[in-house]
Amino acid sequence: MSPPLLGIEGHSQCNVSLMASSASADCISQNLSGLKEHNYFGLSDCSSVDSSAVSSVVDENKKNLNLKATELRLGLPGSQSPDRDSEFALLSSGKLDEKQLFPLVPSKDGICLLSQKTVVSGNKRGFSDTVDGFSQPKSSIFSDGNWMFNAAGSESGQPKLGGNAGINVMLTNRSSGAQPSIKAEVPAKAPQEANDKMNGSNTNSVPASKAQVVGWPPIRSFRKNTLATTSKNNDEVDGKPGPGALFVKVSMDGAPYLRKVDLRTYSTYKELSSALEKMFSCFTLGQCGPQGASSREVMSETKLRDLLHGSEYVLTYEDKDGDWMLVGDVPWE
Amino acid sequence: MAYSFPEEVLEHVFSFLCSDKDRNAVSLVCKSWYEIERWCRRRIFIGNCYSVTPDIVIRRFPKVRAMEMKGKPHFADFNLVPEGWGAYVYPWISAMSVAYPWLEEIKLKRMVVTDECLELISKSFKSFKVLVLSSCEGFTTDGLASIAANCRNLRELDLKESEVEDLSGHWLSHFPDHCTSLVSLNMSCLGSEVSFSALERLVGRCPNLKTLRLNRAVPLEKLPNLLSRAPQLVELGTGTYSSEFRVDIFSNLSEAFSVCKQLKGLSGLWDAIPAYLPAMYSVCPGLTSLNLSYATIQSPDLSKLVSQCPNLQRLWVLDYIEDSGLEALATSCKDLQELRVFPSDPFGAEPNVSLTEQGLVTVSEGCPKLQSVLYFCRQMSNAALVTIAKNRPNMIRFRLCIIEPQAPDYVTLEPLDTGFGAIVKSCKELRRLSLSGLLTDQVFEYIGTHAKKLEMLSIAFAGDSDLGLHHVLSGCESLRKLEIRDCPFGDKALLANAAKLETMRSLWMSSCSVSYGACKLLGQKMPRLNVEVIDERGPPESRPESCPVEKLYIYRTVAGRRIDMPDFIWTMDEDSALQHS
Repeated sequence: MSPPLLGIEGHSQCNVSLMASSASADCISQNLSGLKEHNYFGLSDCSSVDSSAVSSVVDENKKNLNLKATELRLGLPGSQSPDRDSEFALLSSGKLDEKQLFPLVPSKDGICLLSQKTVVSGNKRGFSDTVDGFSQPKSSIFSDGNWMFNAAGSESGQPKLGGNAGINVMLTNRSSGAQPSIKAEVPAKAPQEANDKMNGSNTNSVPASKAQVVGWPPIRSFRKNTLATTSKNNDEVDGKPGPGALFVKVSMDGAPYLRKVDLRTYSTYKELSSALEKMFSCFTLGQCGPQGASSREVMSETKLRDLLHGSEYVLTYEDKDGDWMLVGDVPWE
Repeated sequence: MAYSFPEEVLEHVFSFLCSDKDRNAVSLVCKSWYEIERWCRRRIFIGNCYSVTPDIVIRRFPKVRAMEMKGKPHFADFNLVPEGWGAYVYPWISAMSVAYPWLEEIKLKRMVVTDECLELISKSFKSFKVLVLSSCEGFTTDGLASIAANCRNLRELDLKESEVEDLSGHWLSHFPDHCTSLVSLNMSCLGSEVSFSALERLVGRCPNLKTLRLNRAVPLEKLPNLLSRAPQLVELGTGTYSSEFRVDIFSNLSEAFSVCKQLKGLSGLWDAIPAYLPAMYSVCPGLTSLNLSYATIQSPDLSKLVSQCPNLQRLWVLDYIEDSGLEALATSCKDLQELRVFPSDPFGAEPNVSLTEQGLVTVSEGCPKLQSVLYFCRQMSNAALVTIAKNRPNMIRFRLCIIEPQAPDYVTLEPLDTGFGAIVKSCKELRRLSLSGLLTDQVFEYIGTHAKKLEMLSIAFAGDSDLGLHHVLSGCESLRKLEIRDCPFGDKALLANAAKLETMRSLWMSSCSVSYGACKLLGQKMPRLNVEVIDERGPPESRPESCPVEKLYIYRTVAGRRIDMPDFIWTMDEDSALQHS
């Protein structure tokens, strides 16, 4: 009994046959070759619609992703992957539009559609928005001013290389001529964070409730709930930071090393800035004068305060749109 | 026939066949063997409650004494199956209450069980002995009270990780005073405190009690009371293992443990405090199974503990054990067969413990019998996986969860295809595999080519194209269960391998790229499959045919389409075109 062969409408590339596993090798190889031709790297047969969609979005995102092009990209599904733009998944072009319409995870702020979604960029196009939901809430958090701090790299001038995600916070001396700002970088995307983690840099975590992909990591509810209660108890006992600790790296212009602060231990900007003051006081002391005699230390406190509060230093950060923002405008929460 | 054995002789011979596979084979020999076998089959296992109806089962096997059944897809454990999906056991209980009055055992997994079911069970089956509800839900402690009160010969009551609405601990007091038959009691998933004196008396009057798993509410200082009444225990799950340290509690506990000379398995240990750990050292040398996955103790104490358990065969632990603890494990526990390491902080972005791929490598080197692994970690490399594969060709179950989706080899930043490829090439008896990390279609080619004994495969955030799925469906000859989430697999591979789906128990695909049109086609052309589209966005007919469905569950069945579906599930079959017009 020969199995029926059926073509599928809408797939321009090859006919897919419905067949029993005992079907002839011919059919199988025909389909396989159909599959192979179109699936592996460097698909060329896709419609022009796909390519144009890709290039437009790639351009649009290039300005945000410049430096990512020089790195190995390990983005999350749904992310732009410049290396892979030329690869197209075996999808009909008709699917392009539909994909945008279905956020599969209720997105937090209605920010569910990045322009990148229109792209049939190779491998990850099939991913659901649950994974985009993984990355997007982070974007929304950025826009709310919940900045994250990250390693700036060594120089203030080149903070963006090396796959840094998050914000670089630096105290810069106004007198140095550069804009007195804490340079901060906020990447538009979570994939970079994934990148950074691979590189061993210390990216910040987004508050857990906002960043979870549904059902991932795969842990049973019973275990999750038990852990939650257990860790709550332990936090009180051990005093070690719970899963909510939000450590960020802060760098000061000209300082020989960076510091780390836990944003969660502060409840206002004032607390944060005074803590940062104290942390970086040693550097300012050094800058005050060459001698470093003990008598200076008495005065240094006031001088430091003047330096930090008054004229010399301000706290700023750069948000995801690439704008320098003064710390303090957005409510702390 | 040239000769014929008397039926009784054949029946006697068949009674030695325990496995379903053997019995099924025997049934196919000839009609008379089929008849004889079906009248003497006492145990049935139904892997998917929707693959068959109660009537069909009862008609074929009229004398069943023990039934085991599974309901929801495995991914229901991770909240991927919406509430109200199904797996109601009531129709089965109802039918069996009439057909199998001598039923003794019911074991259910991932099914919805109501108090009504439990009451019906307790009243319908006079010799009822064993009730195991694993990851079930839908019932309250009132249902448990019916079981306790009415099942006169109850031997086993096991509520493994079920979600029970805990109205009160009073249910335990419903065990009548004359109930002395308990062999196994697992109430670890319950929240409420039971009457301790009732528990004490129950334990005291059941001389055959071998397994006792308490819930967290049982205080540590009361544990010795129970242990002293049940020194014959083989498996113990403690209650909370935490209390303000007092020497008298400690010495009572030590003494109580030392009396339990048969103890082989230990679990519970919620909130364990290091100071109380030495109290159990006396039982450690005899332990073959240790579940520390709820114990938040740190590496040094964990290392010390496992070093005392040279006969350990199974260890479940949190990642607090760290690489150093796993090294101690590898040194001390040469009989280890199964290791599960769970994450203590799965949602934190930064590692909170020093547990890396090295821990697993070390155990794979040091434990020659290691065959079953579940490992959550934050970094992995191809080199590590290749080493593990080389060390442990006897691996049967390998489930690796790298917490960050699509994490590459952290050293080379390449995909982990090579590593997993090494696993399937080397471990020829591999039956279960869960993948994670950055993976391309290549890994699926390896799997399809080499994993010939693979029965269950779990895939998440992996692959590049339909070719990946095609490799698996066309290559994995023993595949029974395939579950996929968030992968770019679409129509082509599925349709090209439609016949394969009839050889499997089930296929789950969520957040992939299978179009509604393809689902309809599959459903229409494969009458022995139920192709169920789960879509909470509304009827798939309201969207274009090329639109991908949210979730898809396909399973083979002789029961026809489901009749108990909620409004977000649609079965694709010949009539579906008519249904939705």
